[in-house]
Amino acid sequence: MSTATEARGSAAAEGKKKAPAGERVADWADGRLGIYSLAKANMRKIFPDHWSFMLGEVALYSFIIIILTGVYLTLFFHPSMNEVEYHGAYTPMHGIQMSEAYASTLDISFDVRGGLLVRQIHHWAALIFLAAMFVHMMRVFFTGAFRKPREVNWVFGFLLFVLGMFTGFTGYSLPDDLLSGTGVRFMEGAILSVPIVGTYLSMFLFGGEFPGDDFVARFYSIHILLLPGIMLGLLVAHLILVFYHKHTQFAGAGRKNTNVVGMPLLPVYMAKAGGFFFLVFGVIAAISAMFTINPIWALGPYRPDQVSTNAQPDWYMGFSEGLIRVMPGWEINLWGHTLVLGVFIPLVIFPLVLVAIALYPFIESWVTKDKREHHIADRPRNAPTRTAFGAAWIAWYFVLLVGGGNDLWATHFNLSINAITWFVRVAFFVAPVVVFVITRRVCMGLQRKDREKVLHGRETGTIKRLPHGEFVEVHEPLSQEQLHTLTAHEQYRPVEVGAATDENGVRRKVSRGQKLRSRLSKGYFGESGQIPKPTQEEYREIESSHGHH
Amino acid sequence: MSSETGPDENVSDENLPKEQGPAHGEVARKDDPFADPGLPPHEHRIQDVDEQAAKRSERTVAFIFTLSMLATIGFIASFVAFPIDKIIYVWPLGHIGALNLALGLTLGVALFCIGAGAVHWARTLMSDEEMVDERHAITAEPEVREKVISDFKQGAKESALGRRKLIRNTMFGAVALVPLSGVVLLRDLGPLPEDKLRHTAWKKGKLLVNENTNQPLRPEDIAVGSLTFARPEGLEHHDEDFQTEIAKAALMIVRLEPGDIKDKRELDWSHEGIVAFSKICTHVGCPVSLYEQQTHHVLCPCHQSTFDLADGARVLFGPAGHPLPQLNISVNKDGYLEAQGDFDEPVGPAFWERG
Repeated sequence: MSTATEARGSAAAEGKKKAPAGERVADWADGRLGIYSLAKANMRKIFPDHWSFMLGEVALYSFIIIILTGVYLTLFFHPSMNEVEYHGAYTPMHGIQMSEAYASTLDISFDVRGGLLVRQIHHWAALIFLAAMFVHMMRVFFTGAFRKPREVNWVFGFLLFVLGMFTGFTGYSLPDDLLSGTGVRFMEGAILSVPIVGTYLSMFLFGGEFPGDDFVARFYSIHILLLPGIMLGLLVAHLILVFYHKHTQFAGAGRKNTNVVGMPLLPVYMAKAGGFFFLVFGVIAAISAMFTINPIWALGPYRPDQVSTNAQPDWYMGFSEGLIRVMPGWEINLWGHTLVLGVFIPLVIFPLVLVAIALYPFIESWVTKDKREHHIADRPRNAPTRTAFGAAWIAWYFVLLVGGGNDLWATHFNLSINAITWFVRVAFFVAPVVVFVITRRVCMGLQRKDREKVLHGRETGTIKRLPHGEFVEVHEPLSQEQLHTLTAHEQYRPVEVGAATDENGVRRKVSRGQKLRSRLSKGYFGESGQIPKPTQEEYREIESSHGHH
Repeated sequence: MSSETGPDENVSDENLPKEQGPAHGEVARKDDPFADPGLPPHEHRIQDVDEQAAKRSERTVAFIFTLSMLATIGFIASFVAFPIDKIIYVWPLGHIGALNLALGLTLGVALFCIGAGAVHWARTLMSDEEMVDERHAITAEPEVREKVISDFKQGAKESALGRRKLIRNTMFGAVALVPLSGVVLLRDLGPLPEDKLRHTAWKKGKLLVNENTNQPLRPEDIAVGSLTFARPEGLEHHDEDFQTEIAKAALMIVRLEPGDIKDKRELDWSHEGIVAFSKICTHVGCPVSLYEQQTHHVLCPCHQSTFDLADGARVLFGPAGHPLPQLNISVNKDGYLEAQGDFDEPVGPAFWERG
C-alpha cells in the first residue's frame, strides 16, 4: 500500500505534471466520500424537457427560499405571549397592549431595515410553494406519472403538500395578530367538537383555556422545527427517487418506455434549473417589493373579543373554511352530551378531500391490474376516466374554496350570502358529477379528433375545386413522427368476469371485488370510456381509397 | 380481497395492451405506418454555425450578469440611503415604503438576472443536441432477489427470534410499553378541562363595564338600536389572564323595544328592553359583532352565523348550532347595570361535555 502511494507520489513529482487543483480536490473527496461513482451515474444524467416539468421546480425553489428567509426571521422574532406595551417605530400602535410575538413582528416590519421585505418574501413564497405543489401534483396526476414505479413518490409528494398546509397555518398564526388569532380560535372551536376527547385536546394544545400563554411558543417549535424537519426529509427522498426512477417523458419520435431523451444535467440543466431558482427568487422578491401581504399592523394585536370583517385564511386553507361555512349547524344532545356534528363533520371531511386524490393511483392500479413500469407520460385525453376524476376533484376543491370566501363573493358581486351558501351546499354534491361527465366527453371528443387526424390527415383550410365542380378541403397527411406520437398510447381492454359456470357446469366463485373491478374496468376501457385508436389496417385501407386524390 | 394480491384468473395479459415500449420503438418494421421513426436529426441553431451570433449571445449573457451586479450595488446603496420610514407615492402601487420597494426591486433584479443569464447561456450556447439514456429496471434481477431473501432468512435464523419465543415476546412487550413514557410526559401540556369551560368571570352583582369608555354602564347610556360591548367589573386589560377571561366573558348589549322581545325568558332577563348576550359565537368562537338594528339580527363575520337578538338569539342562518347564551341583568341601587349571576350555560363553541 505504502509503496504504491510512494510510487504514485514520486511519479507525480518526477513528471512535475501535477493534476489540476480541482482534480486533486475531487480525488481527495473521492477517497473519502466515493464521489466519482455517484457522479458517474448523475453528472450527465439526461432530463427530458417539457414546460410542465418546471412546476415541481417552482415548489422546490420556493421551499428553499422559505427556509432561507425563515432562518433570518428567527433572528428577530420573539415567540412569546408575554404582554408588553408597544413603543416601537410604528406610532399608531404606541401604548397598546400586545404580545411580544406581535410587537416583534412590528419591529421586523418597521425597525429592521429589510425586515419587512424578508417577511413578505417568506409569506409570498409560502403561498407560491403551496400553489406550485398543487399544480405540480395535478401535472403528475393528469399525465399518469404516478403509476408504477412512482407510487411511493406520489405519496411523498402528497405528504409534502399536507404538511406544507399545516406549516403555513402554524406560520401565519405566529404574529398573534387579530386575523391569525381568529384563525387559531376557529381551530380551537373545531378541536372542541371532537367527541369525548375534544376538550382535553384543546386544554393540552393551548396549555389551558384558549388562548392562554403558550400556543405561540408551541406553534413556533412546530413551525420552524418539527414540520420543516419532516418536510426536508421527505423532500430529499422525493428528489432521490426522481433521480433514481429517471424522469417521465411524453411519447414522441425516439422516446420509448425504456429510454429517456433530453439534455444532460451538466451543463444544460445545471444552468437551466440552477438559473430557474434565481428566476423564481427574483420574481418573488419583486412581488414582495410591490405588493403587501399580511399587513399585521393594519389588523392590530389579537383580542379574543374583537374581530375584523373579511376574515379569510391563506388560500390553501380556504377549502376547509368552505366546509365549515356551508355545513348546517347540527348539534345532537343526548344523555347529557353534545355531538357537534356541524363542526365535527367538516373536520372529518377535511382530510377525506385530500385523501381522495392521494388514493386514486392505487384504485387505478387495482382496476387495471397493470404491474409493468410506466415511464411515458399520458396525454390527459387518452385516460378519460382518470382525467375526469381529477377534474371532478378540482371542481370539488374549488367549490369549497368558493364556500370559504362566500362573504367576498357576496360583497364583490352583490349576491346574497344565503344563496351562495346554498349553491355551495348543492354544488358540493353535484359539481363533481357534472364535471366528471363533461370532462370524460371532452376527452373522448379529443380522442376522436386525434383518430380523424391520423386517418385523414390535418385539415389545411385549403379548399380545392375538382374538375367536376365538387369542392373538397385538402387534408395534409401527417408525418411519420406525428402518426407515431398520436398512436403511441396504450389502450387497455376491459376485464370480463366471465361465464357464471365453468366448462363442467359448476358455478364459478366470483368475488365481489372481481365483479366491482370488472364493472369499473368496463367504465374505464369499454366503449363508453375510450375511442379505439386507429389500426394500421384502417389506415392503409383509407390510404389506398384516398390515394388518387 | 384475495383478488387484490393473489393471481387473478380474470385478469390476464390479454387485458393489458399487447405492445409496450420495444414494439413501438423498433424502427425495423417498415410496414408499420405508425412506427417510431427514431430521433429526428439535430437542427443547428444560428449560434452553432455562426461565430458572430455566438459572440452576440455571449455579450448578451455577460450584459445580463452585469445588470445583476449593478442591482446588488443598488441594493446596498438603497439600504444605506433610504430611511426606513420614508413613504413615497408610486403609480399604480400607491403609497408605499421606499426602502422596502427599493430593496425588493434591486434584489429581485439581481437574482432574476442571474437566472436569466444562465438560462440564456444554456439555450443559446450550450449544446442542444438531445441525448439518450437507457432506463434500468427498478425491480431487481431474480438472482439478486434470491440472494437477498436467503440472506435475510439466514440472518433471521441466526437470531433465533422465531425459535426462542420467550425472548421475542418479552422484547415486543418492552418495545411496545416504552413509548408510554413519552405519552405520560405529555400529560402536563395542560390542565384537565374539568368545568373550566362552564364558568366565566361574571358573578352576581358584577357591574357591566363599557369596553370603550371603561366606565360602568347605566341603562340611560344605551340608546335604542346601538350595540355596546362590555366586560365584567374587575377584569382589567393588564391582568395576566385578561385574554383568557375576555375570551369567555365578552358581552354584547343592545336595547330593544320591550314589546319587540318575543322570547319570554329573554324579556325576564332584560332591563327596560336592554338585553345582554355573550359576544362569542356558539359556532367556533369568533366574536359576533355585526348588528343590524332594524331587524335585531346579529351576524358573525367569520362564518356568517346569524342570530335574532329579539328572539332569544335564535340561530336564523349559518353553521352555528345553538343560540347565544344570555346574561341575566338588572339595575343595582346606584342605578348601574349589574349581572344577576354567571351565564347559565357554557359560552362559545359546543363541546362533548356541554350537554
